[in-house]
Amino acid sequence: MALVTHHPDPVAPAPGVRPLPARRRIRLPGGALLGVVPFFAYVVVFLAIPTLVVAIGAFTGDSGGFTLDNVARLGDSYILTAFGRSILLSAVTALVGAVLGALLGYALVTAKPDGLLRRVVTAASGVLAQFGGVTLAFAFIATIGLSGFVTEFLRDRVGVDIYASGVWLFELPGLLLVYTYFQIPLMVIVFLPALDGIRPQWREAAASLGGSTWQYWRMVAMPLLAPPFLGATLLLFANSFSAYATAAALVSQGSPIVPLQIRGALTSEVVLGQQNLGKAMALGMIVVVAIVMWLYALLQKRSAKWLG
Amino acid sequence: MRIAVARTVAVLAASAGLVGVVACAPPEKDNAGSGSSAAVATSAAELGGLDKLIEEAKKEGQLNVIALPPDWANYGEIIKAFSAKYGIKVNSAQPDAASQDEINAANQLKGQSGAPDVFDLGDAVARANVPMFAPYKVTTFDEIPAALKATDGAWVNDYGGYMSIGYDSSKVPAPQSVADLLKPEYKGKVALNGDPTQAGAAFSGVVMAALGSGGSADDIAKGVDFFGQLKKNGNFLPVDPTPATIESGQTPVVIDWDYLNVAQGAKLKDKTTWKTVVPQGAVVGSYYVQAVSKDAPHPAAARLWQEFLYSDEGQNLWLAGGARPVRADAMDQAGTIDKTAYAALPVTTGEPVFLTEAQTAKAKETLTANWAKAVG
Repeated sequence: MALVTHHPDPVAPAPGVRPLPARRRIRLPGGALLGVVPFFAYVVVFLAIPTLVVAIGAFTGDSGGFTLDNVARLGDSYILTAFGRSILLSAVTALVGAVLGALLGYALVTAKPDGLLRRVVTAASGVLAQFGGVTLAFAFIATIGLSGFVTEFLRDRVGVDIYASGVWLFELPGLLLVYTYFQIPLMVIVFLPALDGIRPQWREAAASLGGSTWQYWRMVAMPLLAPPFLGATLLLFANSFSAYATAAALVSQGSPIVPLQIRGALTSEVVLGQQNLGKAMALGMIVVVAIVMWLYALLQKRSAKWLG
Repeated sequence: MRIAVARTVAVLAASAGLVGVVACAPPEKDNAGSGSSAAVATSAAELGGLDKLIEEAKKEGQLNVIALPPDWANYGEIIKAFSAKYGIKVNSAQPDAASQDEINAANQLKGQSGAPDVFDLGDAVARANVPMFAPYKVTTFDEIPAALKATDGAWVNDYGGYMSIGYDSSKVPAPQSVADLLKPEYKGKVALNGDPTQAGAAFSGVVMAALGSGGSADDIAKGVDFFGQLKKNGNFLPVDPTPATIESGQTPVVIDWDYLNVAQGAKLKDKTTWKTVVPQGAVVGSYYVQAVSKDAPHPAAARLWQEFLYSDEGQNLWLAGGARPVRADAMDQAGTIDKTAYAALPVTTGEPVFLTEAQTAKAKETLTANWAKAVG
């Protein structure tokens, strides 16, 4: 999911941002085409074929043949609930992650560009953004799980039982917390280049023309940062919407979100023959992401008008 | 896509297996299953008696089993005993696989020497795949209760147990009934082994809860409500219990098959005081299903394996693992049962309930529609 954002501003491009070349049809010689064959092959094998398998399976009956049953079953209340929870979980963790990540990123840009603080935080973000799945789930269980050391310390020394009102770590609230944990560093990584593009001279220019801080943000920085911010938020949404391993390691009851419902459909030894229902749910996830992408495109158009 | 890859891997693995067999087995005539008379024998008598069957099986020299964990119902010992008794090499594939994986393996390896000879399946998967089984009646077939076998011997229940509550007696009081678990003493302590919409054991756990809360096998909605209430009271632990969670005290109460709870207790007897109780008036039983594969590459060994499992020796080996063998009553009357092991099983009071196919189907619908709502 590459998110290409164009600078809408007529101002000189920031350092590190290459100006777009003038539109010109460039004819690729055959040799250059050969160079992209591996990439296309990769995309076909790992993206196109699985998507096709899912799409075809969603409309295939248990014994073969075309059917709409699987897609119709997406209307079952428990599946709709799972979709609702998945979207809520992804939206909340994407927004919280985006806002906190952006603030952290902004704090970093004000630090020395090659200073220790910035190097340490970006390196840590690079690691933590990819720190998911079973390892992350275990880290949380060992820390604030039922017999995690923080839980035990709080209970025995401070007298606070964090699970007084239920074992929330293994339910949706737990997923919110754990997902946010990897969303923030991811935001730092993807949003930092955009923040770097904001040049201090613009702020000085705005100030010397009598603009207030608010006016600078409202008329210069925000219009510049809005598209990459929205794009990054979308990336975060998709990141948590499709996350599976972390949830699978934490949640073993009730399958609150769609990826876990798909697991149930594929592996259940109680209810058999639901493989294609699983594919229909996967197709539903693809549709949700497509709708979000479309909304994002719409929003970007609007915001360009509104801010420009 | 994934299936295609899996198939390729299976084919590769099977061909590697083939090479291995060829490389280390003495030269023998290829006995593809369908060629030998054992492949169609529906009893040992048809082959000319048990001795003839043993002779044929020894000629084959191998047996492929699948999805038999060594610490599950004593399978490790059973395989060892069979191998030692008849000098037949047992190839145990994917010990931790699920029932559906056994069927998948049989389909993918069909016609190859690495295909499974015999199945040990959960109820639902067995019922859905009866055409894949070869009817065979063991010598002791008549001693098996009529409700626990197919009349033609296509499948026979092998061992089973009752749903039970395992608990750490140093941490919680002993529960007498299902309803006891709703009390405040069990706050944040009660776990169920798996998600009932996915795992057979958890499914039966909900049925047990239904029986213990005034529901019935025909309507398990009260069982779902029970877990909803358990969650509301803060007693339900949505954690998958494992030996590790039991040992560390994270899951002080576990609803699971009695033979698994008993085995846990035996394994951890130096570390915890793990006891097992089958709640009064909520005795839910379920048996696993034993069957011979129609396409067994070693048809005689497959049938001999059945004979061994249903002999007194095989049944007592299951019993030693805490499972209740299907011939227990007959052996108890004949005095051939291992009395010590039999007495060590958890006591049950009340008529055990076994779900019929129709009841199971209805219960699944109730669960699929309501479980996530109740505990979500």
